[in-house]
Amino acid sequence: MAAAQAVSSARRHFRSLELVLGLLLTASMGLAVLFSGFLFPDGGESMDLMARLTPPFQDLAHPLGTDPLGRDVLARVIVGGRISLTVGVLSVMGAVVVGTIVGLVAGYYRGIAEILLMRFADIQLALPFILLAIMFLAILGTGVDKIIFFMVVAQWVQYARLVRGSVLALRDREFILSARAIGVGNGRIIFTHILPNVLGPIVILMTLNVANNILLESSLTFLGLGVDPLIPSWGGMLADGRTYLQTAWWVSVFPGLAIILTVLGLNLLGDWLRDLLDPTGQTSR
Amino acid sequence: MSDTANRRSQDQALLSVRSLSVEFGTGNGAFKAVRDVSFDVRPGRTLAVVGESGSGKSVTSLAIMRLTDYTGGRITGGQVLFRPDGGEAIDLVKASDSRLREIRGNDIAMIFQEPMTSLNPVFTIGNQISETLILHQGLNGRDARLRAKELLQKVRLPDADKLLDRYPHQLSGGMRQRVMIAMALACNPKLLIADEPTTALDVTIQAQILNIIRDLQQEMGTAVIFITHDMGVVAEMADDVVVMWKGEKVEQAPVRDIFAAPQHPYTRALLSAVPRLGSLTGQPLPKRTPVMVMDGGVAKAVGDTHEQNTADYTKPILQVDKLTTRFDVGKTFFGRVTHRVHAVEAVSFDIYPGETLALVGESGSGKSTIGRTLQQLVEPTGGTVRFDGRDMAAMSQGERRRLRQEIQYIFQDPFASLDPRHTVGYSIAEPIIVHGLINDRKERERRVHELLEQVGLQPQHARRYPHEFSGGQRQRICIARALASNPKLVIADESVSALDVSIQAQIVNLLMELQERKRLSYLFITHDMAVVEKVSHRVAVMYLGQIVELGSRQAIFENPQHSYTRKLLSAVPIADPQRERAKTRIEGEIPSPVRPVGQEPAIHRMREVEPGHWVAIESDPLRGAA
Repeated sequence: MAAAQAVSSARRHFRSLELVLGLLLTASMGLAVLFSGFLFPDGGESMDLMARLTPPFQDLAHPLGTDPLGRDVLARVIVGGRISLTVGVLSVMGAVVVGTIVGLVAGYYRGIAEILLMRFADIQLALPFILLAIMFLAILGTGVDKIIFFMVVAQWVQYARLVRGSVLALRDREFILSARAIGVGNGRIIFTHILPNVLGPIVILMTLNVANNILLESSLTFLGLGVDPLIPSWGGMLADGRTYLQTAWWVSVFPGLAIILTVLGLNLLGDWLRDLLDPTGQTSR
Repeated sequence: MSDTANRRSQDQALLSVRSLSVEFGTGNGAFKAVRDVSFDVRPGRTLAVVGESGSGKSVTSLAIMRLTDYTGGRITGGQVLFRPDGGEAIDLVKASDSRLREIRGNDIAMIFQEPMTSLNPVFTIGNQISETLILHQGLNGRDARLRAKELLQKVRLPDADKLLDRYPHQLSGGMRQRVMIAMALACNPKLLIADEPTTALDVTIQAQILNIIRDLQQEMGTAVIFITHDMGVVAEMADDVVVMWKGEKVEQAPVRDIFAAPQHPYTRALLSAVPRLGSLTGQPLPKRTPVMVMDGGVAKAVGDTHEQNTADYTKPILQVDKLTTRFDVGKTFFGRVTHRVHAVEAVSFDIYPGETLALVGESGSGKSTIGRTLQQLVEPTGGTVRFDGRDMAAMSQGERRRLRQEIQYIFQDPFASLDPRHTVGYSIAEPIIVHGLINDRKERERRVHELLEQVGLQPQHARRYPHEFSGGQRQRICIARALASNPKLVIADESVSALDVSIQAQIVNLLMELQERKRLSYLFITHDMAVVEKVSHRVAVMYLGQIVELGSRQAIFENPQHSYTRKLLSAVPIADPQRERAKTRIEGEIPSPVRPVGQEPAIHRMREVEPGHWVAIESDPLRGAA
């Protein structure tokens, strides 16, 4: 149909713009963070108390200004990305893998596996998040790996429930039945027929959670449960700059901007990925 | 025609559609769904709008109510003149939104195809009918409820009082459609638009609904626009017919003329594709006949006449003996089963190589469950199934897997039975891969291309996705997929029911041609008696999980013995307006196969009335069928 074609070609055009922008944002963030040790060997730690709270765009040595301790904001934003991106991306990936597998198994096989897994998930959801966090980190101690592990434990349930719901809707669809009628085994049905059909919503939830977890890391750090507060991270910088918002906006605005751009980039990539996975191009937006 | 004469001729019409055009989308890609369509609807008469999917018939009906505004459509030209009181005409295309809201549901009412989805599941039936009455007629709650009860009685729903407090999911499809009609008629509309109102219903229920619409129309003097693809329904219902094709009106005439002397080639093609009950009377074998297909602007005959003499009655390929399948439903708090669906009860039949056995029956008769049990999608509760002499229950895992290669299944809905995320080529290759038939990639690709060609598609289609194909093409893909593993038996579960008639006729021919070429056996599961007559060698009629009559096609159609078989045959709408409209009124719902535990249904005893023609003895009363 001509109408559908025109619409889809317009979409494709827009899509490729999204892809380029998304790639550009994520790649530049990723590269800057990856080479941060090389760019700023001091790790953004060196203080210059004489130049404290320099506004941005005034001193070439501190293009984005300095914080109350005279540390360079640009350096700290880039170095801070190390913790923030590691925590944000790895925690989400871990939760997706665990949650998706649990959701697929529970939704597809039903029965006792579903009852056990989903009730366990419900129990976990019933525990207040902060309580869980304190309990967890009190036992395990603090550190980047512990934080990531904690976030995976705290968040896999979201993915498990989402995936299980989609699988329940899918498993009675005729194309699954027809695959079974042909003689396709369970494993193959799950991975080639069900998984590709549930990825769309997972991708959306993933991109949302990356931003969430970057901020979450700073809350945990603020509570003394996260990483060493001296190591810069975006969330931590936001928290530090809060008291100076009236007098020195740049201390918190630039790390905030870094989070926004990263999340925007990931969202664009996520949308593109979702459309790539759906050949009908009919996913509702 | 002079202006005054023009006006006079329009005076009689309740609704005049003039040069109506509807577009979807914008700019270069705008798709003209309806082009320059004009027709009149006279008070108290029925106009049928017929056409296949994509012909624009539904869009036309939506445009009359300006409901296209809500579906992304745009009326780009024309007028829809409506005269509710025979007085001043209102142009609905230009009417204000508030004026339209007054007209919708009040002067013009609409019934949709899916009674399941057009009722709101969270409100009671009573609430939903009352809503219209309170809104449009200003009745208070109590009066509205009384009137709602009256309306339910009008559409012959028993127990109207109790029904008012029921929810839609507690009603059967036929009952829901009657509720929809009751709602539509709530405000005594001048015009009723019925968009495929019986397509989703069983034939006996369809016959009831058509009767109700006809009776109410006479009683209330409502004009009806009846949108349908079923020429049988047209012949039974319509006074006048508009035939639509590719968004344009190609023909308009009184119903008798359309059937007796169709003018446009498309109308002729459409009529030739309609399966007609009784067209093979006196012939022992099923028969392929050419189909008229539109090619450019001309109808062209495709295919040849060929007797389907393929069956070999020496040794059956499939023997089903006393097959029983039940499902547990309803459990007590402690997990004890209280009710069971007795889907299939002690059913026995054989299928021979190269034979087509049709399983006919209405919803709940258990015909699909039999197919699914044979395909091992459902576990049987009892009975034996032998394939090629081997007992299915005694088979090893590996043998059972192999059985899925030898028996294949084609589903009803070609839109739902292909995974939207995989290419068509992948879907067709899948059975070859999972059964390890061809391991070489190139070889496999060649086989896929060959299969696509066998079902009348192009090899390059393998790289496309299901959504790029039409319904008929998709069903061809499903057939190619079923044939990929070289099966001996193909179970076709309502495989042609969802298709347009001309496509249906082509797919039926394709199936028959493949049967002859590959000596396939078919278990043809359907509710459509006219198609059964065309394709099957033998027919089994099912009712409430049991076979009530089994015999050769000729025996069943020309000498039906069981009362249910006769009822089923008489309910089929006949595509011949000359024929007397059925006087006998079919009443009653199809009873439910759900029974409390411990209450087993009686198994019919069968008697042989002539060689190979078995009938259930009816002194076993047909429980609940009255």
